[in-house]
Amino acid sequence: MQSTTLILMLVFMSAAAFYFGRRRSLATVGGPGHGSALHSLPGYYGYYVAIWCAIPSLLILLIWLIIEPRLVVAMVIEGLPEAYRTLSEGEINLLVNNIQNLASGDAVSVEVDAALLEAASSFNAYIDRSRDLLAVFALGIAGLGGAIAWRGIHADLRARNRVESVVRWALVAASSIAVLTTIGIVLSVLFEALRFFQKVPITEFLFGLNWSPQTAIRADQVGSSGSFGAVPLFTGTLLITGIAMFVAVPVGLMTAIYLAEYSTRRVRAIAKPLLEVLAGIPTVVYGFFAALTVAPWIRRVGESLGLQVASESALAAGVVMGIMIIPLVSSLSDDAINAVPAAMRDGALGLGSTRSETMTKVILPAALPGIVGGILLAVSRAIGETMIVVMAAGLSANLTANPLEAVTTVTVQIVTLLVGDQEFDSAKTLAAFALGLMLFVVTLGLNVLGLSVVRKYREQYE
Amino acid sequence: MTTMTESITDNPPPQAPVPNDGRQRDRAEGIVLSEYPRQETELGGKTIGKISCENPFMVVEDVNVYYGDNHAIRNVSLEIAKKEVIALIGPSGCGKSTFLRCLNRMNDSIESARVTGKIMLDGQDIYAKEQDPVALRARVGMVFQKPNPFPKSVYDNVAYGPRIHGLAGDRAELDAIVHSSLERAGLLKEVKDRLDEPGTSLSGGQQQRLCIARTIAVNPEIILMDEPCSALDPIATARIEDLMDELCEDYAIVIVTHSMQQAARVSRRVAYFHLGLLVEVDETNKIFTNPQHKLTEDYITGRIG
Repeated sequence: MQSTTLILMLVFMSAAAFYFGRRRSLATVGGPGHGSALHSLPGYYGYYVAIWCAIPSLLILLIWLIIEPRLVVAMVIEGLPEAYRTLSEGEINLLVNNIQNLASGDAVSVEVDAALLEAASSFNAYIDRSRDLLAVFALGIAGLGGAIAWRGIHADLRARNRVESVVRWALVAASSIAVLTTIGIVLSVLFEALRFFQKVPITEFLFGLNWSPQTAIRADQVGSSGSFGAVPLFTGTLLITGIAMFVAVPVGLMTAIYLAEYSTRRVRAIAKPLLEVLAGIPTVVYGFFAALTVAPWIRRVGESLGLQVASESALAAGVVMGIMIIPLVSSLSDDAINAVPAAMRDGALGLGSTRSETMTKVILPAALPGIVGGILLAVSRAIGETMIVVMAAGLSANLTANPLEAVTTVTVQIVTLLVGDQEFDSAKTLAAFALGLMLFVVTLGLNVLGLSVVRKYREQYE
Repeated sequence: MTTMTESITDNPPPQAPVPNDGRQRDRAEGIVLSEYPRQETELGGKTIGKISCENPFMVVEDVNVYYGDNHAIRNVSLEIAKKEVIALIGPSGCGKSTFLRCLNRMNDSIESARVTGKIMLDGQDIYAKEQDPVALRARVGMVFQKPNPFPKSVYDNVAYGPRIHGLAGDRAELDAIVHSSLERAGLLKEVKDRLDEPGTSLSGGQQQRLCIARTIAVNPEIILMDEPCSALDPIATARIEDLMDELCEDYAIVIVTHSMQQAARVSRRVAYFHLGLLVEVDETNKIFTNPQHKLTEDYITGRIG
């Protein structure tokens, strides 16, 4: 039986279990008119039975589907002729892969012989039998669980509390997914980075001034010794982030101040959605805007002033990234300003402050923690931004503070190191993970800093 | 009948008169309350009692306030003398706070609000074109319902006004202003050693006295108080009331209050508002012992409100 059919049947059984559970709860107290004699509302008894019907059965299904392939593969290998069983582990994996492909009718990479065909058909047979067993087992458990729960219904059963505790566990499970994913990502990056640091000393990575990640593929290759000093990448990132914040913070903050304090309701109603449109533009669009419009324009202006401007300048990428971040800064600052109680505003105005005095002396200081937190979030966004810099910032790892030169960033290098065919044991590829780890540590640090700044200076308003 | 009783006793009465359908009658007297405003308006909104006083400092003439289509204040005229405490009382939504906010043009910040009529402060029309509301608010200070110290230190809270108005020439003068303001607000003893702590770290009653100190630091001529004690406990309330007694030797105080006991304790005159109308104004004694208007009597005896 197909697992989808099985799941549909389980859904149907749970629905039936809900119906019967609800009916029985009412029946035990003598009909729908006496629902108040029950500990919980009748619906909770329905959910209670349905949960007992569905959850054990789904757990069985899940475990079965995890174990099944291993078991079946082991049995298929067991049935193979002697010659195949003595192969090395890698070859057996390849063989199993071929048998599975053969069984599902896909292309096979080796000559098909009788033994393989037999293995494929027995593979299919095992799977079929397993699925039949699973269906019987899962539906049986569902029926049994439902029946036991149904029989257990009585007026004093604390059905609501039990259902609520199941719901609570479901909520816990849902919220732990994000946390577990984060931990998983960190660990995978961490282990690859450690492999990198076995090949390249961590001090060279952190303090080296030269970035040229070409390692020799052949021993006699020339000019590709490879050096992994990440400092130029971080200064490049810093330079572009700095330019971006130089654009985004004043513009975003002033936008927020205008929208929160000075604009009429009509302007606000138009301007806020427009800003959100700016936030919704895909970064790749910003990227070609930077590369094809802004960078040449900066180059022309620079040259007319007699300056040397690279066609992929840090300035172009930074300015466009700043424009991209304006909505983030303005909407977070707007929230922070609006969170200042109206009583502050009234108090300041009541003392004879002008609007600008109210703004600069009372509201902004009160909103500052929120604004700083927002800016730090924007900084981590800028550091992690990839597409714009890939398209507009260039690839040469220059150690420079001149915004008119081309620089490269951590994210750009990660992209270039991992794009295309790569071997996953060379320092060149593994360097991407080390860079990723550094990036993660830096943005995590910024976020923690931002949150603690916000917490420390937050005023307790009633 | 039940509808009207509810709407008077439990909920704020409607701002605009509701059309009388003959059923909304007051339980005790059988008068149609919702008709009062209309009758009064037709009579020209005549206020009972004495709206005028000796040496009026602030003169309010025929003021109307509209919030959009809502006519919140109707033809109110009132005179306020120097160095007197006048209490504005009335049920919720009767317009007393709105009226108070007219006196220092705090209604300006509400987009839909419109004020007509004339309010003269010391002979100048405060709604005249050339009048700067910022300068006005320095002369007419305001204390709000909930204590609202700025998120600054105690010192900076009090120094805020003198600083923006440039009242102090140097640090020593500023110190003197801050100290004397805290002293007069009866707070100096308690916060002498805590001037650098945030104003929000004080207790509710101290915060409200800090707000009063902040207000008197700019040396206003009138202080408006919008239910200054409604968020405070009885002991803190008593301290504020004592303070008002002292402050009225120098300032005129207009206080909005829901507590009739408070009005009786602190004020020299009382003005009773009902549905945007100023129903009756008189000496405090007279209002509480011998009110002339039925509505005033009903309110102070606890039948409505």
